[in-house]
Amino acid sequence: MRYTALMSVKVKVESVSKLFNDERGEGLKRLAQGQSKERIFRETGVTVGINEVSFDVNEGEIFVIMGLSGSGKSTLVRTLNGLIPPTSGKILIDGTDVASCDKKTLRNVRREKISMVFQHFALFPHKTVAENVAFGLKVKGVDKDRRRDEAMKALEKVGLDAHADTLPGSLSGGMQQRVGLARGLANDPQILLMDEPFGALDPLIRREMQDELLVLQKELKKTIVFITHDLNEALLLGDRIAIMKDGAFVQVGTAQDIVSEPADDYVRAFVADIDRSRVYTASDIALDAHRVPLTGTVADARKAMEAADTEILHVVKDGVPAGLLTLADIKDIKPQERVMNVMHAHPPTVPQDAYLNEIYSEAQAGMPLAVTDDDGKLVGVVEPGSIFTHLANEEEATEDAAETSTSEDTQETKAKTQAAEPA
Amino acid sequence: MISPSDFITIPFDDAVNSFVHGFLVPYFRPFFRALQVPVNELLMAINQLFTVVPMLVTTAVFALLSWRLAGRTMAIVTFLGFCFIDMIGLWPETMTTLSMIITSVLFCAIIGIPVGILVARSDIGWKIVRPILDIMQTVPSFVYLVPIVMLFGVGRAPGIIATIIFALPPIVRMTNLGIRNVRGDLIEACESFGATSWQILWEVQFPLALRTVMAGLNQTLMLALSMVVIAALIGAEGLGGIVNTGLGRLDVGLATAGGVGIVILAIVLDRITQGLAEGRNGNLSLRRALMTFFRGQSPDRSSDPDTLSGREKAA
Repeated sequence: MRYTALMSVKVKVESVSKLFNDERGEGLKRLAQGQSKERIFRETGVTVGINEVSFDVNEGEIFVIMGLSGSGKSTLVRTLNGLIPPTSGKILIDGTDVASCDKKTLRNVRREKISMVFQHFALFPHKTVAENVAFGLKVKGVDKDRRRDEAMKALEKVGLDAHADTLPGSLSGGMQQRVGLARGLANDPQILLMDEPFGALDPLIRREMQDELLVLQKELKKTIVFITHDLNEALLLGDRIAIMKDGAFVQVGTAQDIVSEPADDYVRAFVADIDRSRVYTASDIALDAHRVPLTGTVADARKAMEAADTEILHVVKDGVPAGLLTLADIKDIKPQERVMNVMHAHPPTVPQDAYLNEIYSEAQAGMPLAVTDDDGKLVGVVEPGSIFTHLANEEEATEDAAETSTSEDTQETKAKTQAAEPA
Repeated sequence: MISPSDFITIPFDDAVNSFVHGFLVPYFRPFFRALQVPVNELLMAINQLFTVVPMLVTTAVFALLSWRLAGRTMAIVTFLGFCFIDMIGLWPETMTTLSMIITSVLFCAIIGIPVGILVARSDIGWKIVRPILDIMQTVPSFVYLVPIVMLFGVGRAPGIIATIIFALPPIVRMTNLGIRNVRGDLIEACESFGATSWQILWEVQFPLALRTVMAGLNQTLMLALSMVVIAALIGAEGLGGIVNTGLGRLDVGLATAGGVGIVILAIVLDRITQGLAEGRNGNLSLRRALMTFFRGQSPDRSSDPDTLSGREKAA
């Protein structure tokens, strides 16, 4: 997911600023001179909402903008679909500049390409759930029967098709936001703007909705710009995360980047108390796997162990882990013996994109975990002890992750951290 | 003691006189005469309807309306009240008054709702219209009866025009208020889906403002009723005419009879329009109001929050 740079850019924001109360253009001039937001407000009464923000959002990516209230994140997301026109800068949605285009073009962009999910749901209380979901289609002039079909399809995706003909007022908060999500999806837009969509929900429902969004996104692959004030939510959902403060981006990067290399004290303060086990994946802490083929002999295994200076080997068949072999297992075994007869079959295996909190239970058995890629092939190994060391020792974890993320230039998991980890 | 009038006196009344006599009446009288044509046509049609339809049928229709919109008790009150009016011999006058009120309220709605919508969308418009509404509501109606008679003559149509002037402000104000009070994020949601401002108005703003507009309509109706007696001074007849005749002859009985007729009519119309405005369920749209009317209950009572959450838990 880090290689999204190869994909096409769906949303391109170029040095966008938004100033409020700046009829005379004085604030913009001072901003260009590099004066601070506070000084401009004190001397001219102009509020700087967004200050020279630039970023790209790639196709199929969840781009999270995280900031506290007043940081300008809601204003920023509203400039993307022209609800708030920026004072200066360019916003290219699939090549169309919504900051400067005429009303009709803007309307068409909104109808075809981009839709929005709101914090307080913003469902129309006088329309049924299905009518709410079909609203975007109705606005476009789609006929009644097709509208209903599309609305039902969108409602099925969020599991609310049974409530199609009730009024939204009778649904719970979580269900209402599902309707909001379905309404955003019914138009089949490429880009979905989500303005703190789960902010008004209670924590349990919020978790549920976050997971559901991730599941949906796997299937739909929309380009999502997601606004939140909750860093944990940002880290969980974001392929890339932008931390926003005082109308400007402080740092943009993946969850691992943000946690391992906070750009400044502001970000560091945020990162201090987040749940690391939900940020790092198995591949982040995996070491190089050492392997011996299933058809090999104990002598081959001894040689491999000596060569790699390790006591643990994975037995592989066509690259897929088939068993586990430790030095103790082969100590008193004849060299000609086949490894398949002495290995531990069914080694514990975890996918490389599993988060650490998901592999705790596997690690409890004390056996090294085989890390596999999407095809089930062995790409690395995780020592059970290293999971906890990684989470407990922030300093070490930071170094490890830094090294991992910088050295990682191919999809293969590297494990340069081997030396730092006690085997 | 010195006062400003020692130095300058302004002949304000003469100025108004010469404006009305010398300018408005000679040049604009045909224009104002033409204005009352649609009023007259509509009034005649409605009055004709109430004259042709037998008393019992009219009563039955109003009782049914009351039953659906205001409950069973109100239906009985309506039936008995209308029968009482008939028995005291004022049925034709009541129907005249009723058709005048319906006509003036219809015109108030036709003028007031669009004006209310327009001023809701433009702060400048509201700044212009608001003082005009204030003047319309504060100037005593007797003041504009004289120029109305000069411009429109006497009769029912001028009476209705005076009533429209008097009863118009609430519906403009309430329409404006209703539209302005629609939640901002709903408008944002509309815009984010690419709705035109006409679509926003028609799909979201007006349906959500409808309850408030209906409350305004109810107030307009009540004001129109209170103008009945005053309009009768310029020959508008009906129940107001009865009251005036009673007043002129010092006939307490006749005046009281006319007054009771007005009160009964007021109660019935008030309850029916209030029922329309409030509906039985929280959010009312025109379609749902009609559904409510025909089914006599909320269209989706089965899905109120309690039963739903119960079902959720069970599932």
